[in-house]
Amino acid sequence: MAAHDGRLEIRLAGNGGQGLVLAGIILAEAAGLFEGRPVAQTQVYGPESRGGASRTDIIIDRVAIDYPKATAPDALLVMSEDAWKRFGGSLRRGGLVVYDAGLVHPQTGAETRAVGLPLTAVARDTLGRAIVANVVGLGALVALARAVSREALEAAVRRRAPQGSEELNARALAAGWDLALEATHAGARP
Amino acid sequence: MLSKASTERRLLQGNEACALAALAAGCRFYAGYPITPSSEIAEHMARRLPETGGVFVQMEDEIASICACIGASLGGVKAMTATSGPGFSLMQENLGYAALCEVPVVIVDVQRVGPSTGMPTLPAQGDVMQARWGTHGDHPVVVLAPAGVADTYRLTVAAFNISERLRLPVVLLSDEVVAHMREMVEIEPSEVVDRAAPGEDPATYRPFRAGPDGVPVLAAPGRGYRFHVTGLYHGEDGFVTNDPKEAERLIHRLARKVALHQDWLTLAEEHHLDDARVAVFAYGSPARAALRAVRDARAAGLPAGLFKAETIWPFPAERISQLARQVRAILVPEMNLGQLVGEVERAAAGRCRVVPLAKVGGELYTPGEISAVLKDL
Repeated sequence: MAAHDGRLEIRLAGNGGQGLVLAGIILAEAAGLFEGRPVAQTQVYGPESRGGASRTDIIIDRVAIDYPKATAPDALLVMSEDAWKRFGGSLRRGGLVVYDAGLVHPQTGAETRAVGLPLTAVARDTLGRAIVANVVGLGALVALARAVSREALEAAVRRRAPQGSEELNARALAAGWDLALEATHAGARP
Repeated sequence: MLSKASTERRLLQGNEACALAALAAGCRFYAGYPITPSSEIAEHMARRLPETGGVFVQMEDEIASICACIGASLGGVKAMTATSGPGFSLMQENLGYAALCEVPVVIVDVQRVGPSTGMPTLPAQGDVMQARWGTHGDHPVVVLAPAGVADTYRLTVAAFNISERLRLPVVLLSDEVVAHMREMVEIEPSEVVDRAAPGEDPATYRPFRAGPDGVPVLAAPGRGYRFHVTGLYHGEDGFVTNDPKEAERLIHRLARKVALHQDWLTLAEEHHLDDARVAVFAYGSPARAALRAVRDARAAGLPAGLFKAETIWPFPAERISQLARQVRAILVPEMNLGQLVGEVERAAAGRCRVVPLAKVGGELYTPGEISAVLKDL
């Protein structure tokens, strides 16, 4: 049941409170509002306001979207060991996984494009706010998956950022984007 | 924000689409008690109703919520409440009151896994029979089930229109996937049905005397029309009756009110059914997985089709009966242990196989789960 050409399935997964559902909404807005493409975003989370597993799927297509969830994601962002264990196997063969190298230690086969980056560490130590790790991760994933343009993503990030935090979030996006490109150019497994 | 002039493309969440559509349909009163996964409807109504001169009230519970909506509607204002399973259970008694007293009101039930508190953040379709028969006694009700954000907008407007046109409670039976999903949607200006005003003199007005369409005219207050409303059986004048003949007339008229209008209020979408040899009957979010499964089946050479029911009550028995003559099997995936499949079996009446597919536990079907059964039919 291969997805048809032009359908892009992205899954962001981690723990509740890491802001991944919000990151998914931002990506959906970048694709839908700023690029005018058909998009669907769904989420699965638990009853807790923090903790527990949390994930969001974003489907971007050229045509109207029938099934709104990912069946075999083309790109996966994982921010917890548990999320990797649950969803690592769902990745499309040859798909991309970006993971937080400080939180997740995956073993991946040669057919997977796995990129480990210090997402939370960069958010905490370089940007001074661990809370923007979701935007760092989103920037890194989108830079490599080429899901939307950097301009569209930045516009969507700024639109959703709480007032006064627009610059911080834009810096977080840039940090993730650059980190991903540097890591893949510097000889991390392509 | 909501332009009525032309088509507008927006990225909306299902619950947000429900609130925007309610406002576009003329809803000016909302009373509710927030509950996952319906709470965003209350949030949006709380923000927007005051901007339109409407009233938002957070009530102490769901019993009070539906009662306040019934009161507002009798007061001449279109009213809506939204809840999920536990709250929907509490609303049942007064849903029956609205049905017997012929009060237009829209009730949104965003289904989550039940019974009891269940799994608040996860989807189910366990309230299908409750939406039809949850209140006691024979009664009319119309139930609409959206499968996405655009559906939610369109069917919320339809819920108000049907409710006002037929003077009865209409349930919008959503589910967690549909309610929390965000999609790009095109919002078109909606056709809105407003409540008819009595054409006769206040002296001869009978609040429960129906015309040939089975629907009596509900007078707005303050115009000189006086009437009495009671949850006891009543005559055309609204006053209590224990006369078996009069009671029988009323209960038959209430049922006929829906039957007479079934043609236009039965909403559905058909996909690839023209030459189908096997069909899927689905409603709500599973219809999205079913559409993909049907397309995959066609790509593999199996002539499959999808009947996506939008009006699930009254059940589209006539069309399913026709379909049962055309196809060799109808597959019915539901996120419950099998509720509407019984109606499909009744309509098919042995003319084709009806195959139930049950999924419970709080996850939406994948297309593959439906394909796996479909390919062997």
